[in-house]
Amino acid sequence: MWQAIYDDYQNKDFIVIAIAMDNDIEAARPWIEEAAPTYPVMIDRYHQLADLYNMVNVPQAVWINEDGRIVRPTENAGAFEGFRALNFETMTVPEEVSATVQSSKATYVAAIRDWAEKGEDSVHVFSPNDALAHMDKPDDNIAKAHVLFRLGLYLRQISKNEEADALLKQASELHPHSWSIWRQAADTLDNGLAAGPAFWQRVNELGESHYYKPVDMEGMPTEGPPKG
Amino acid sequence: MATVLTESGPVEVSAGPGLVGELWLARPDTEKVSDWTMKPEGLCKGDICMPVPTDRTDEFVRDDRVNLAAFWQRMNKPLAHSADGDVWVLGEDAEDRTAGLTSLDAPDFALPDLDGKLHSLSDYRGKKVLLATWASW
Repeated sequence: MWQAIYDDYQNKDFIVIAIAMDNDIEAARPWIEEAAPTYPVMIDRYHQLADLYNMVNVPQAVWINEDGRIVRPTENAGAFEGFRALNFETMTVPEEVSATVQSSKATYVAAIRDWAEKGEDSVHVFSPNDALAHMDKPDDNIAKAHVLFRLGLYLRQISKNEEADALLKQASELHPHSWSIWRQAADTLDNGLAAGPAFWQRVNELGESHYYKPVDMEGMPTEGPPKG
Repeated sequence: MATVLTESGPVEVSAGPGLVGELWLARPDTEKVSDWTMKPEGLCKGDICMPVPTDRTDEFVRDDRVNLAAFWQRMNKPLAHSADGDVWVLGEDAEDRTAGLTSLDAPDFALPDLDGKLHSLSDYRGKKVLLATWASW
């Protein structure tokens, strides 16, 4: 998704750093080798970035300027939750929902290009006050959840499964908005996706709440989640 | 031995005898698993020091060892350990994380690529950085 932008703007002091939030490096490897990006891809086995930047899902993004300052804090990287309108018989989503998914992504990519080109003059760069206003801050439960999550992932690796599962469950209960915590801990299907019946049930329980929080950016969809 | 899961990965340290829930480290070892150093004035990070409570000294320091877990609890920072007390996570509290973010200075980190080579965010100072997450799941 980012390679074309990187190709066009790498000479403009712009770089993409992709972070795989994957406890199992081998699960991430084929995706990286297939895409073979020329920008750096790092593996965040313990979701350290989620703890540092208060992230709750993928894909999320942070825009950081040449001085290491945050000009757009953690936000959904242009994803629209079109999958919520999936028809399980035809395995398709309605055309208009699919169009919104595409336009949402395109709007976000165009904004990044604008920033890569214009830097601080881009309309998408927040003032410090706006950056703070758009920032979700962690609370004590979230801080505790990250600690339990990290311990749970490690104990799972050393096959203390029962203890690990209890910690991962507790982490998710303390930080229910984090889909990363829930999905990393969940059972996966044969295709590697944590998208079994338990996932769909949890998505359905969202009701009118968003799976991907809308991005505050002109041209982004503002409607509620699509219905299946 | 105890394993402490630090931000740069698991670190093995020798842990002295104690109850489950205590983490008795040799004084120099606190630096291997945290940003905190034992000094005469207490456990310190930069200019900030957490003194040893005078009425409960034995819970915090003993001979040449420090119960890092007691300090962590005293500082209201989140921590967790395995039931057998062999694996530990000493986390950062919400207030510190929030301060890191609201400073708007992007918190630095170092993570490996597929070949195990470490990259830090600060390696890319001087460039606009799009930090973008994804996952296989």
